[in-house]
Amino acid sequence: MSSEAAARHGPRGFDRLAAAPGAVVTATLVLLPLALVLVLSVRVNDGTLVAARFTLDNLAGVVFDPLYRMVLARSLAIAALVTIATVAAAYPVAYAIAFHGGRHKALLLFLVSLPFWTSYLLRVFAWKIVLAYNGVLNSALAGLGLVGAPIGLINTPGAVVLTLAHAYAAFAILPIYVALDAVPRSLIEGAADLGARPWTTFTRVVLPLSMPGVLSAALVVFVPTVGDYVTPALVGGPSSTMIGSIIQSQFGKANDWPFGAAVSVVAMAVVAVALLLVAAADRRFGRRA
Amino acid sequence: MSAGASRAGPPRLLAGYVVAYLVFLYLPMVLIPLFSFNDAVQAAFPLKGFTLGWYRALAANDSLKGAVANSLLVGAASAAAATACGFAIAYADVRGRSRLARPVALAARLPILMPGVILGIALLVLVNLVGLGPSLPAVVAGHVVFCLPIAVVVLRARLAALPRSLEEAAMDLGADEWTTLRRVVLPLAAPAVASSLMLTFITSFDEFIVAFFLTGTEVTLPIYIWSQLRFPKSLPSVMALGSLILLASVLVVALAEWIRRRAGAEAAAARS
Repeated sequence: MSSEAAARHGPRGFDRLAAAPGAVVTATLVLLPLALVLVLSVRVNDGTLVAARFTLDNLAGVVFDPLYRMVLARSLAIAALVTIATVAAAYPVAYAIAFHGGRHKALLLFLVSLPFWTSYLLRVFAWKIVLAYNGVLNSALAGLGLVGAPIGLINTPGAVVLTLAHAYAAFAILPIYVALDAVPRSLIEGAADLGARPWTTFTRVVLPLSMPGVLSAALVVFVPTVGDYVTPALVGGPSSTMIGSIIQSQFGKANDWPFGAAVSVVAMAVVAVALLLVAAADRRFGRRA
Repeated sequence: MSAGASRAGPPRLLAGYVVAYLVFLYLPMVLIPLFSFNDAVQAAFPLKGFTLGWYRALAANDSLKGAVANSLLVGAASAAAATACGFAIAYADVRGRSRLARPVALAARLPILMPGVILGIALLVLVNLVGLGPSLPAVVAGHVVFCLPIAVVVLRARLAALPRSLEEAAMDLGADEWTTLRRVVLPLAAPAVASSLMLTFITSFDEFIVAFFLTGTEVTLPIYIWSQLRFPKSLPSVMALGSLILLASVLVVALAEWIRRRAGAEAAAARS
């Protein structure tokens, strides 16, 4: 039956049929929904999705209201902090695995990537019980006689940064490792032969060559953290509301979908700017081996 | 002597750092199983004594069983659909005979570049527009989009590594494209298909951020856990449940890794 179809359509028909499922799925489930959000963001909120009038009030409200600007700035600051902390903490680990992993390389890579596949909700929940007012850390410190009264760790922006840095740690190591592993060892030997000290070899040869990996690691950490709403809700408290929390409540309790869509559009624009900056940095600093 | 010491020094420091990093990565996760056996509602030291009571409470919980069944169903459907679409997209992209293939492969990986909350609300708008509304099929649609980049990346790597000469030989011997795909490409790509199925399944099974917007009255397991987090009294049961989920996730990922590595070893043996 399938070979009959091929005979009927010929080689061009096969290519078109092979490309069809992907084209249909990406068009209807990826591109169409994003276009719908864009259209919804300029609609009036009257409870209908298609019949409503057009307006720019939603977008203007997001851009000009100081409250939303502050939340957006806070989301960017938290995501930037998390990204820098995650990438800086992951780099030495990726370096150790790439250059000193030896026969344990595969096992180490498996160990650092395993948490990536475990439940994100549970990773955040783990920090909620660690940081809670009467939780694991406070009770352990009190038990050791280090603190008299429990310290307020939970419901602070710092708790959000710590939790997100842990939750996305596994995302950062793999891209950096891949870049470091591809660095030709002959270049390092060459630098040493020419009299470069190990630190100079690292800053002048290894680090620049691994920049593409560092930048893609920064990207895969920054994108999900900037829109996160679970961590602020579980460990952040009201002082850590992020842009994702606003979008979530507009599509939930607040029930103003067009406004939520407008917040999403602005957030996407901000993420797009971040991506373009990374792409520019990649062209500037990334020297591929 | 001093040169030898300096050469041995940094790796030792580095090794210590790697160990500390792994402790940071795993310690909070280990607390969940630890306190799931603790005979107290509050997760705090000192431990109050060993109990299996929280696990027993799980076994008697019917809404939990429903959520597990829903998550298994959604995971299986999403994994099958994402892997099938991912295979078609990766195959078309690697063979590059259609002008549409490259932009489609890029669009399929676009969801990596978007925060989950935006994917969630975008699909919520879509399913409401077509009249489906929040429901299990809506969650499946969301998870297909969420898992598609994983499937494409895993399958594309394997398909790109297959020697093209095998397909050309099949075609020279008179096989058409469909037969070549079915009898040559699919069997060779089977390990990647298996690891794509497992990784997309586990991703869907654990996914919360997108599913939150698309779930109707029938909830998935992460949504059920989220609803329980509001009640301090149910936290020990959540930890017992979380321990079981962690155990299952680790087993599935280890299995996927084992299959992938065995296939890699086979390919290396075939090449030499």
